[in-house]
Amino acid sequence: MSVLVVVEPDESGNGLSVVSQETLTFARQLPGEGVDAVFVGSVGDPDEAALAQCREHGVGTVHVTDDARLERYAARAWAQVVETAAETGGAAYLVAGGTPRGNEVLAHVAAARGVPMPCNVVAVVQDEPLEVERQVVGGAVLERVALGGGGGLAVASVAGHAVAPEPAGEPGEARVERVEAQIGDSDLAAQVVRVEEREGGDTSALTGADVVVGAGRGVGGADQFADVEQLASRLGGAVGVSRVVTSLGWRPHHEQVGQTGSRISPDLYLACGISGAIQHWAGCSSSRTIIAVNTDAEAPMVTKARYAVIGDMHEIIPAVLEELG
Amino acid sequence: MTDVLVCVKRVPDTSGEVVLTADGGGVDGRYAGWTMSAHEECAVEIAAGIAGDTGGSVTVLTLGDEDSVEQLRSALAVGANDAVRIDATADDYGPADVAGAIAEVVRGREAGGEGYGVVLLGNDAADTGDHQVGIRLAHLLDRPVVAGAQEVMASGDRLEVRVGTPAGTEIYDLPVPAVLTVLEGGVEPRYPNISGRMKAKKAQVEVVEPGAAPQGSGRLGLRVLPPPESNVEMLGEGPAAAPRLVAVLREIGVVR
Repeated sequence: MSVLVVVEPDESGNGLSVVSQETLTFARQLPGEGVDAVFVGSVGDPDEAALAQCREHGVGTVHVTDDARLERYAARAWAQVVETAAETGGAAYLVAGGTPRGNEVLAHVAAARGVPMPCNVVAVVQDEPLEVERQVVGGAVLERVALGGGGGLAVASVAGHAVAPEPAGEPGEARVERVEAQIGDSDLAAQVVRVEEREGGDTSALTGADVVVGAGRGVGGADQFADVEQLASRLGGAVGVSRVVTSLGWRPHHEQVGQTGSRISPDLYLACGISGAIQHWAGCSSSRTIIAVNTDAEAPMVTKARYAVIGDMHEIIPAVLEELG
Repeated sequence: MTDVLVCVKRVPDTSGEVVLTADGGGVDGRYAGWTMSAHEECAVEIAAGIAGDTGGSVTVLTLGDEDSVEQLRSALAVGANDAVRIDATADDYGPADVAGAIAEVVRGREAGGEGYGVVLLGNDAADTGDHQVGIRLAHLLDRPVVAGAQEVMASGDRLEVRVGTPAGTEIYDLPVPAVLTVLEGGVEPRYPNISGRMKAKKAQVEVVEPGAAPQGSGRLGLRVLPPPESNVEMLGEGPAAAPRLVAVLREIGVVR
């Protein structure tokens, strides 16, 4: 019995997404005999970079579809592809990264099969019977749950950054196999009809940025972001904001970092005027280094940060920009 | 006319410290307070918009004990017309149980000649983060479902649904009846005015009993992560700290 991993192409169109690489790494901890992958969100052969990454992660079989009806996303139809791949590959476990696509497609499979689906799993606690630990309450609490059993398909999504992506000890063959799924009209009833591309506000720039300059209520107003934007630009990064900033209408939701926004993992998160409530911490805690700039030395963001500067961000940021030259 | 059912959940307000109940089986909201999931506040707003545009009505539903009426009244205060509570202990219910209990109410209303063209739920609850109740409900009702809806426009027997993605906005066009799970960010939930609050206070909440015993979520226990020991290094106060901050930026390699 194998582990089947739902993988997604990288947003740049070259290789696997980082979350998919993390999920493949996690999947090797599950008690299956070998790891296979099924592509979601792209029709036809994967690019060579993606196949090379599958090989690195020990993937035996890569399931793909040639069904042109899936060029436009339809979650229930993609779930049919995943289910068919699980059946033909004899999968005992089905996992995906906890992305919108991953959770949505898995939920369709779990609903169709009538099996549980713990989300945001971070660790395997016990093999037999399988128990896992998952994040709840925005990652502040871990819940231990029983998963699967009874010989059925066990389904779970994996939290972002639960593991660091690492190659397998032995590479896999990554043989490409076509999935012939039985897709009906009802599976296509909810399908994307068109996409409006966002201009100048791509969230992938935030989630993929090496540096994020965060701004919270301490900014003071919608017209007070000039120095934050300037610092983000100077550091080659993106602007991220707290929920209160979007709730106040100061910035658009696609810039929101947090439990109900984007989850980020940059090399540096420079959090300015952000208190660090749980909802925000859920989105930024995977950053490699956090520096807080805040007037309140007792704010959670300050006490959880690696470095901190106490004071008014609108005085400190210009001084930093001047120092950077 | 599109009648809308919007399903909300009473969740602990987690803007502060998270405390577990004495038996470790749940989150104790007695001190932090309770609220409605953020996605569901937006779902209520979208429901009010659909009903307003089409001349339909909004029913708000929750599964929980008597205390969860507070969240139903919050929705009534901002536009819901009537409210239903499925009388149950929410912690005993897994996502499949919740979907089953909601499906039972929807089918019961349909049998009584009162169908819902749209059923709205939050994309995921702020406490359990399950991402699946709406999709399970859609399977039980055999209806199309879109997850992550941020804006919805109803026209005749069709819905245009907009979903934000990293690259932009995906647009769906689907028939009613349908199920949508709502993601925060597309609409701004309104605040209740005084007359809305008064109306909500007086409104009757219908109570229904669930037909099936819950199977549960498979939860074996909870643990709160201990707060990490602070190892923050203070770089100084005010603009005078800028040189030290920049030195750190060079040290960690983000400035060369």
